[in-house]
Amino acid sequence: MSIERKSFRHLTEGSYPATHVVGKSVDKVDGYALVSGAPTYTDDIAERDFPNRLHGRILTSPIANGVIASIDTSAAEALSGVRLVLTWKNTPRTFYTTAGQGWPEPSPYDNQMFTERVRFVGDRVAAVFACSRDIAEQALKLIKVSFKEEPAVLDADDAMKPGAPIVHPEDPKGAYDAAHNVAAHVDINVGNVDKALAESEITISETFQTHYAQHAPMETHTAFAYTDDMGKVVIVSSTQVPWHARRIVSRVLGLSMSKLRVVKPRMGGGFGTKQEVLIDDLVACAAIRTGLPCEIELTRKEEFVSSRTRHPMRIDMSIGCDRQGNFKALKMYVLSNTGAYGSHSLTVMSNTGSKTLPLYNKASDVRFFGDAVYTNLPVPGAYRGYGATQGYAALETTIDDLAAKLGMDPIELRKKNMIRVGEGSPIFEALGEGRQGVAQTIKSSSLPTLLDLGAEAIGWAEKRGKRVRNGHKVRGIGMSMHMQGSGIPLIDMASASIKLNEDGSYFLTMGATDIGTGSDTILSQMAAEVLGVTMDRISALSSDTDLTPFDVGAYASSTTFISGGAVVKAAKAVRNQIFAVAADILHEDLDASLVSAEPKVEWDNDQPDPILSFFHMEDGNVVSVRSGKRVSVSDVAYRAFYEVNQHQIAATQSFVSPYSPPPFAAHFVEIEVDELTGKVEILKYVAAVDCGVSINPDLVRGQIMGAVANGIGFALTEEYHFGSHGNMTNSSLFDYKILSRRDMPPTEVIVVDNYEPTGPWGAKSVAEIGINGAIPAIGNAIFDATGIRLHRTPYTADRVLAALRGKSI
Amino acid sequence: MTISITVNTVERSFAVQPDEVLLDVLRREGYLEVKGSCRSGDCGACTVLMDGRPVASCLTLAAKADGHVVTTVRGIGDQAHPHVLQEAFVRNGASQCGYCAPGAITSAKALLDENPDPSEEEIRLAMDSNYCRCTGYEQQIEAVLDAAAQLRQEARK
Repeated sequence: MSIERKSFRHLTEGSYPATHVVGKSVDKVDGYALVSGAPTYTDDIAERDFPNRLHGRILTSPIANGVIASIDTSAAEALSGVRLVLTWKNTPRTFYTTAGQGWPEPSPYDNQMFTERVRFVGDRVAAVFACSRDIAEQALKLIKVSFKEEPAVLDADDAMKPGAPIVHPEDPKGAYDAAHNVAAHVDINVGNVDKALAESEITISETFQTHYAQHAPMETHTAFAYTDDMGKVVIVSSTQVPWHARRIVSRVLGLSMSKLRVVKPRMGGGFGTKQEVLIDDLVACAAIRTGLPCEIELTRKEEFVSSRTRHPMRIDMSIGCDRQGNFKALKMYVLSNTGAYGSHSLTVMSNTGSKTLPLYNKASDVRFFGDAVYTNLPVPGAYRGYGATQGYAALETTIDDLAAKLGMDPIELRKKNMIRVGEGSPIFEALGEGRQGVAQTIKSSSLPTLLDLGAEAIGWAEKRGKRVRNGHKVRGIGMSMHMQGSGIPLIDMASASIKLNEDGSYFLTMGATDIGTGSDTILSQMAAEVLGVTMDRISALSSDTDLTPFDVGAYASSTTFISGGAVVKAAKAVRNQIFAVAADILHEDLDASLVSAEPKVEWDNDQPDPILSFFHMEDGNVVSVRSGKRVSVSDVAYRAFYEVNQHQIAATQSFVSPYSPPPFAAHFVEIEVDELTGKVEILKYVAAVDCGVSINPDLVRGQIMGAVANGIGFALTEEYHFGSHGNMTNSSLFDYKILSRRDMPPTEVIVVDNYEPTGPWGAKSVAEIGINGAIPAIGNAIFDATGIRLHRTPYTADRVLAALRGKSI
Repeated sequence: MTISITVNTVERSFAVQPDEVLLDVLRREGYLEVKGSCRSGDCGACTVLMDGRPVASCLTLAAKADGHVVTTVRGIGDQAHPHVLQEAFVRNGASQCGYCAPGAITSAKALLDENPDPSEEEIRLAMDSNYCRCTGYEQQIEAVLDAAAQLRQEARK
C-alpha cells in the first residue's frame, strides 16, 4: 500500500492483518464540534453554566529570590466584589510537587500552595477571587507585600558552586542535595567508559547548551471548580492528567477522593505543560471557601512566566570509536536547569539519556550521568520530547562532527552503529524514568528505510558538501536520527470500559486524555475494529475521574500504545461475551474458558486469538466459523438484556506493558545561510517516521507536522530573554516568535508503517518524536554550508552571524 | 452604553462598558464560539468578521462595532449545517485541539469571499495571523484549497 499526495507519503513495510477502520483517516469524532466553535473548552463551559462565578487572579513575585517580610491583604479584601484572598497565611502548608506523574512521585516535594519565600520572578504570592476579572486585577494592586530580597542564582553553571544562594533551604523531601541546589542526580554506568574512551582510536568531546522555551498551547491553563448538590467538589480543568490532578489536590487540600471529581473537557493543546497541577488546587480551595464556582484562566504572560517551560541543558558528550567508526564508548553528562522547582527534574534528565543512547547500541561502554539544579528562574517541566530533544541536540551534532573527523558519510556512520530488530541495549534496563528501566528488544524498525527515503527526498547524494552559492547565501544539508518510547514500561497503566447497547452500538469510556491529539478518535477506531462495526456505532466518553476508569493521562507518548491496549482488551472481552450469547442462540459450543480468559493485545497480531476459530465479528453480526451461520449483535443484546439469563454485556480492562517499543525517525533539512545577516532559511524539511501501524494516517501526519513546526521554532526563533534579575522580558506571542503559516518551510512527511507485534493493531507512538530533529538537523546543515559548528541554541541570525565573523576575522 | 450589532444576521443590543472589547461582550452574550487566547492581537484565535473583514475581537472595542455586522464562525456554519470550509477542515484532519479553528476558518472565509481561487501563498498570507500550535498548518492550507475548489465547482453549477 502506498498513498502519495503533496508533502505526504505513506508507505508500509512488511505485512499485517487487513483492517476495516484501523489505518483509515476517518473524521475526528469531535471534528464538527471543534470547527463550529462549540462551547466545549473549560472556559466556554464556565461561561455558559456559571456566568456568576468568581474570577481568580494570581499575584506573582517581582523578585527572583527572597522572603515575604510582611503581606497585608486587608485593602484588597475590603474592595467591593472581592470574595477571597489566599496567601501562605490561610492555606494548607502541605509540601507537594506540581508534576502530574505516577506514584510514588519521582519529583521532589518542594512546592506549597503559597510560602513565605519566593524563588523566581513569577512565583506565586497570593490569589484573589472576585466577581469580575477587573475587580480581581484591581485587588492584586491593593495587596501590600514587603519583600526581603536575597541574592539569586541565575545561571545553572553557578548553582553548585560553593557559596551559591540556596534556592530551597528547607531541604525538601525527594530533592537529591538541596544544600548544593541539586534537585536530582543520576549516574548510570555500563562497563568502564573512561577506560574505553582512553583506548579508543578516535575520540570526540563536545559541549552543547540548549535554551528555555515555551509550549504555547493556544488555550492557556484554565480550570474552574464548584461544589455540586451532593457536596462534591468538581474541578473542570484543561489538564493532561485528571487522575494525578485529583490525587494531588486531594492530598494538598486534605479532601477525600470520594468528594473530589476532575473532569477534562475538550482541550486547547497541552504539549506537556498541562501535565502539571498549577491552578486546580486554587480553584478547588476557593470554591470550598466561598461556596461559589471559581475559575482561573492564566493570561498569556502568566503562561510564559509562571507556568512551565523546557529544561535548558548543558550537555557534555564524548564518543570513542575505532578508525572504521565502530562505536565503543558513549559518555553523556547533563547539567539540567530545573529553575525554582524540581518538577520533572529527575525524569526529564533521565530521558535525556534513556531515549537517546540506546539508539547507538553498538557501544560497549556507556555512562550517563547528570545533575538537575535549582536556580531562581522560571520552572521547566514536561515538554514534548521530554529531555530527549535536548539529548539529541548534543548527540546528533557530535556524531556529525565525528563523521567529519573520520571522513565518513554521517548516514553511513549512523547505520553502522544504530540499533536493529532483534537487538537491545543495556541502557534500557539500566535507566528508566528516574529509576531502573526494563530490558527491551526491538521487534520492529523501519529505520534503515527511513534513512534511505529521507536521503533521497532531500537529495543527499547530490547536495551534501557542495556549498552551492547564491551571492552571499550558501546552501547546506543536514540530517539527524531519533527514537522515543511508547509509554513507560511496567509503570503506565490505562483502562477502558465498553458497554453494549440494544441496537448493537457501544459506549466506550476510558481514562485516556485527548488533549487535542485525536485520541478519542483513534481509540474508538481500535474498538470499532475489534467489534466489527463502523465508527458511528461507537460513542466515546473520556477523562472523568467519576465516570470513566483510570488512566495515568496523556504523557510519555503513551496514549495510542497503552490506552489503546486497554481499549483493545476491553473490546475483545465484550466481543467474547457477545460470542457466548451468540453460541446459545445458534446452538453451538463455545468453551467458557475462552470467553472468560483475559484477552491479550498481541492476539491477532503475532499469535492467533483462540476464540476466533469459533466466531468472528462482521458488520455488526456474529458469524460462526464452523457453520457459517450468523446472528446480529442487536439480537444478542436484546436476548441478553431482556430474554434469557439476563445480564449486562460490558467489560472493563486495564493494560500495562513490559514493552515500550520505540518509534523511529530520520530528519533531513536543506538550508540557506545568509552570510551578510546570519539568517538561516529552511528550503526543505523532510521527516521520515516509523510509528508502527498508523491508526489514522491524517492524524499521524498532523502529529508529525505539528512537532516539526514546534521543533523548527525551538531551533530558530523561540527563546526566553531575561532581564538582570531573572525576569522574562519577552512574555508575549508578539515577542516570543512561534512559527506562523508563512514561516513554515516546505515540509515532506514520510510515514513508513511497520507492524509492531506488542502494540494495539500494530501501533507505536508518534506524539513526541517529531520535535527532536530540528536542532541537530539544522545545526548539521549549517555545518555543511559553512563549516561552522554552533554549540548553543537557538540558531538565531545574530548567533550565526557572530560565529561566521569569528571564523572569517 | 448600549450598542446595536447585527451578529450572525440577528440584530442585537448590548449594554457595554466603553473599555470593553468585543471578545468579552460576545462571549458574555453566549457567542462562545469566539475563543480568547493571547488577548493582544497576536494569535488570531478570536477572529470574527466585521462587515466581512477579519478583525481580532480581543483588540476591537465593542463600542466600535456599534452599527456594524459581525459574523462569528457559527454564523458561517454550525454542526447541523456546516460550511464547506468547516467540512474541509474535518475531512483533511486540519484541526487537532481545534482551539484555533474558529478563527482560522473565519479568516479563510473572508479570503474566499474576496478571492475564490487563492494560491497557496495567498492562503498563507491571508491566514498568517492565525497561529496554530498543533498542526504545522499544512493540512489547514490543504483544507482551504480543497474548500475553494469545491465552492468554485458549486458556483459553476
